[in-house]
Amino acid sequence: MNSRIIGEQVVRAWAVAKKDIRIYYYKPPVLISGILMPVFLYLAFLMGSKPVPMSFLISGLLGMTLFFTSTAVSPVVFPWEGQAKTLERLVSCPIAPEAIILGDMIASSVFGIAVTVVALIIGLMLGASVLNWVVLICAILLGALCFSAIGILLSVPPTAIPQNIMLLSTLVKFPLIFISGIFMPVDQLPPLGQTLALISPLTYFTDVVRISYTGGGSFPIGFDLGMLLAFTVILIVASVVLHKKTMPLRI
Amino acid sequence: MSDAILVKDLTKHFGSITAVDQISFSVKKGEIFGFLGPNGAGKTTTTRMITGIIKPDAGEIQILGYNMVTAPLLAKQKCGVVPETSNAYHDLTAWQNLMFMGEIFGLPDAYARRQSETLLRAFELTEHAGRKVQSFSKGMKQRLVLAMALLHEPELLFLDEPTSGLDVSSSRLILSMLREMNKRGVTIFLTTHNMDEANNLCHQVGIIRSGKLIAIDSPEKLKNTIDRLHQVEVSFEQEISEDLLRIMPGIIQISHIGDKWKISGENKDALIRSLVRLSEREGLTIISLHTLAPTLDDVFLQLTGGQYS
Repeated sequence: MNSRIIGEQVVRAWAVAKKDIRIYYYKPPVLISGILMPVFLYLAFLMGSKPVPMSFLISGLLGMTLFFTSTAVSPVVFPWEGQAKTLERLVSCPIAPEAIILGDMIASSVFGIAVTVVALIIGLMLGASVLNWVVLICAILLGALCFSAIGILLSVPPTAIPQNIMLLSTLVKFPLIFISGIFMPVDQLPPLGQTLALISPLTYFTDVVRISYTGGGSFPIGFDLGMLLAFTVILIVASVVLHKKTMPLRI
Repeated sequence: MSDAILVKDLTKHFGSITAVDQISFSVKKGEIFGFLGPNGAGKTTTTRMITGIIKPDAGEIQILGYNMVTAPLLAKQKCGVVPETSNAYHDLTAWQNLMFMGEIFGLPDAYARRQSETLLRAFELTEHAGRKVQSFSKGMKQRLVLAMALLHEPELLFLDEPTSGLDVSSSRLILSMLREMNKRGVTIFLTTHNMDEANNLCHQVGIIRSGKLIAIDSPEKLKNTIDRLHQVEVSFEQEISEDLLRIMPGIIQISHIGDKWKISGENKDALIRSLVRLSEREGLTIISLHTLAPTLDDVFLQLTGGQYS
């Protein structure tokens, strides 16, 4: 593929992203639940019995918000489109599978970032001040792509029944929350928890966000961002390779 | 005239089943090609391979000079595809569906808007442009899908059962658009179960059975291949049994449709004489007696061993 064709495919991926946003994200129930989710998370944590400093709390809340929203819809886009036969339409058009996947990822990332900004604003209103905006913005952008790639990867099994993927998605997503240093710093986890935390990209996102608020974390900033980038690349490559194999089985 | 579609030794297996077995054919530019076959014969699999939706296990597909396997993006850019089931986005409006197709085919925005307006007008959908597709009737959906396939002015158009289950006016509109497109030089590859449609539209038809292409020619030439089959259609005032007709010599096949008997024999003249003799002998009154020319249905039924779609 030459650079002109790559450029065209990126533009077409953006068209897929806009279509996804219109069809799957820009819906009142999705938007309302997106806004309510961080509100409820704040309420749940603030009303907890154990007082937690806001600067610690906010990194976990941003992590959960971005992780859940970026992986909320992306796993079921492929099953839905397979069921509605619209995937067949896309595949018969001059758009590469990589561009379809990129488009789905962009849409999911945009939604994740938009809801996370709401959580960020609530945090600012509650007095959580950011020490390093550049690091925080880089972390949110990279985290959104990484978590969206997880969502896309979860949709690889070639089922046309979205509920099957939702179940798989729940089984993968919830354990990650408990091993990623959201509820307590990674270095305070038991030894098994500390080892498991290393294989979760959410660990590095939570840690780097914590650094951007408090100045201190379990790992250096470069390591956190590097690991997020590495996870993103690996997850995207795996998604593309596996979706290319299973896409014909959905049609 | 060069080839719009060139298929060589195309093969596809699903597990131990060979869905398409080394088929080869070509469709010349400017032709309307009808692809016929009973259900499960391999029509859809073949069409999906030619349109680049699934990859063949073996064989070559050239679309307007581009290899569909090695250069699918360039090949697909030249094609429009209309599937049997409408696959427009139901949560988008007709206009948004057309604009999305414009973006996917890389059309300039102004051109896509102009084309969309023209096509919506041609398919009598202008006043529904802002409505979501989920509220459309089947005919409206099919017209929209055809408009979406024509937006980028493809040189080659693939249609799968374009008029199946549609009301008469939608069906006529689509068929007249196809004739118009073809007059302007668009090559059309049509998968259909409708023999009349194939007979009236197509320059050439191919018939597939059990994954193999068993005939390919113009409808008239195909009909001539079974001209040896002579048929008459007769109706008697009295009710008679099939056994009475079976005693006539040279009978190949008898079918009873409504108040008529359709009889195939080896010799048309002998068949008519036998029927007249039979009616005299049995005191029957002939109400009508017609000789029948073979239809594309007959060709199809004979070549597919009586399997209808």
